Amino acid sequence: MSVRRVDPHAERIRRNRLHPRHHEFARPAWRWTSAAGVTRINPHAVGAIGPNGVKRIDRSGASVEASSAGGAQTSTEPARRPITLDAPSGYLMVVPELAEGRLSDHDRDLLGLARQLAADTDLAVTAVTFQREVAGLEDAGADRRLELADLVDADAYDPESRLAALVTVERELAPLHWIFADDFPGGGDLGRRLGARLAAGDSGDTRARPATRVWQVVDGQTRSRAGDRQDIQRDVPKILIALAECAEPISETRHEARPITLASAASTTAPAPEARSEAGSAGVVDRGRVAVDPQQIPLAQAPFILSAGRGIGDWDGYHHAARVLGASEGASRVAVDDGYMPRARQVGATGTFVTASCYIAVGISGAVQHLQGITKCQRVIAINSDPSCDMVKRADLAIIGDGDAVLAAVCERLGQPRAAQGEPREVQHDAA
Amino acid sequence: MTQPDNVTVGAAVKTVALVSSGRHPVSGRAGRAREDARAVEMGLSLSGGTLTLLHAGDADDAALPEYLGMYHGLSAGAGPGRLDLLPMAPDGDALPALAARLRQSDARLVLTGQRAECGEGSGMLPYLLAETLGWSIATGIAAIEQCDGDHVTVLQALPQGQRRRLEVALPCLLAVDGVAPAPRQSAFGPARRGITDSVATAAPAADPGWAAWQWQPARARPKRLKVVKSTNARDRFKAAAAKSAASGGQVLTDLAPDEAADRLLAYLRSEKVLAPVSDAEGADQ
Repeated sequence: MSVRRVDPHAERIRRNRLHPRHHEFARPAWRWTSAAGVTRINPHAVGAIGPNGVKRIDRSGASVEASSAGGAQTSTEPARRPITLDAPSGYLMVVPELAEGRLSDHDRDLLGLARQLAADTDLAVTAVTFQREVAGLEDAGADRRLELADLVDADAYDPESRLAALVTVERELAPLHWIFADDFPGGGDLGRRLGARLAAGDSGDTRARPATRVWQVVDGQTRSRAGDRQDIQRDVPKILIALAECAEPISETRHEARPITLASAASTTAPAPEARSEAGSAGVVDRGRVAVDPQQIPLAQAPFILSAGRGIGDWDGYHHAARVLGASEGASRVAVDDGYMPRARQVGATGTFVTASCYIAVGISGAVQHLQGITKCQRVIAINSDPSCDMVKRADLAIIGDGDAVLAAVCERLGQPRAAQGEPREVQHDAA
Repeated sequence: MTQPDNVTVGAAVKTVALVSSGRHPVSGRAGRAREDARAVEMGLSLSGGTLTLLHAGDADDAALPEYLGMYHGLSAGAGPGRLDLLPMAPDGDALPALAARLRQSDARLVLTGQRAECGEGSGMLPYLLAETLGWSIATGIAAIEQCDGDHVTVLQALPQGQRRRLEVALPCLLAVDGVAPAPRQSAFGPARRGITDSVATAAPAADPGWAAWQWQPARARPKRLKVVKSTNARDRFKAAAAKSAASGGQVLTDLAPDEAADRLLAYLRSEKVLAPVSDAEGADQ
């Protein structure tokens, strides 16, 4: 709930007609309640004189904000209620994915699920991160944060040392629940490893057996997807490996995310369990990322797409630019219909729904079907000569200009200009 | 995708593929599980006809001949497919039987899918097996690049089509992802010739967890609604009626192509789409 704020100075000035700044604050009262309790309207005060000298009455509500600029301040987002928890009765661990070091929507859902489980209790929702100083944990609902960056390397894939760190946390804080994100090879992998380790340790403790692909928690029971179109409903186990949208992210409270440390953090040597006699701690060694040909990635999964439409005249230059930028190629329907691009590269409702984190649309004006195909893209860049087209409105960064020339300049800036520049065809722009 | 050439180890590393019964996602017919079939394909291209299949469950399962039918197109001397069957009731716990069988055999590399398509389908089995046997485990495998006596080098599938190279110490379990090379077709002749060995085991105990669970037909997940928490009706109405055209973007007009390219590259670098240094790393390989 936002509180209507009253500026007492403004109110006083508004009442005092002799005040030198009265005219700044006096709102034309077009509507008031008379002493008899009847609503009176002054029709002369309604509306404003438009640009061509005719009085216009704007009933869309837009003028309300404009006229009340000096008065009540409207906050777009309601203020969050701060929550502090000083003496938690227990812990509830959430291990967010933190792809690219940021909280994703899935991570917020996980923290929302933890808040749902911790409702009406003194359990501290604790975000366990392998990175330092993750932003946004307060608003996502973490009471505590536990950074394990000393124990594991955040960048390398080292599931065994991560598992050892989590086992240390389990032993020391004995959390009531663990919540992981169910995607491979991130939280789904780590959560299952922890589940297997705890199930082996506790020797048949059914609570340690994780519920995977959890999509809802109601009435103290989890619902999780099983194989063959079945759901399993069971009591909330110790470890939940949850799908995206398993719970609503919190929006009304703000938590403190106070850092906590492990007592045994000084002894960084994670205890090696006896079960790993043969494999040792180096069972899985990360040898780094492999360069992948962007044209071989399925278009629906490609992280970076350079998409072309009718605004492209120089197709060789476009293909060269995609190669130089390391982007997968996409196309609008028009470019495919005209035979410049294969059908498999078409983006949109009739082609592929893409999930790129960066999508560059060159010479695409943005038909509805095309915009539907890119709704899941995080960043959209438009290069178009028409500043009023829908793609420019959608884009996070729009460059108004000739697509061919901009792509050629990009290749030049990146040190790989195209050698044989064919004469550019006349560029035509139309609804793609 | 960087697909390595055919890596073979022959009989040097005994390879076993765990197979399970699958369901077609649309028709619901029983058949090969998609990820398990990819694991079998990976095992066949790695060790040819010496690959052994292992299944715990019903002997009359329709999926088993389909897996055996994949033993074709191998080297000339390869015999028929072999499948070790551990007979088990549907509600039995496969873990002890499988662990005992793997311990008994001298298998060093076990391939399986990430998740079963029937039953609980939690994807826990490879992890529990690895924990019981003390082996290492890697998940999301897209390809096997190299395999010597001690280590296997694999490519792990990451989100957005990316790959990571891992070196896993043998003996190990590899859970194969759905992006691995497509499995070969199952043929009738090899399926007929395939040999199923029924291995007698102690009657496996019923799974302890299942009794307390309620099984229901899967329900459609509720669609998340976009809730606008605003106190005035105008904002709520605007949010409900607005087109999805998210504005707030930056529009750059009247730029020369060179300036535009600079701004574009600066944006891409600030968003970490391109590496911050100005060399364009070889995207084509």
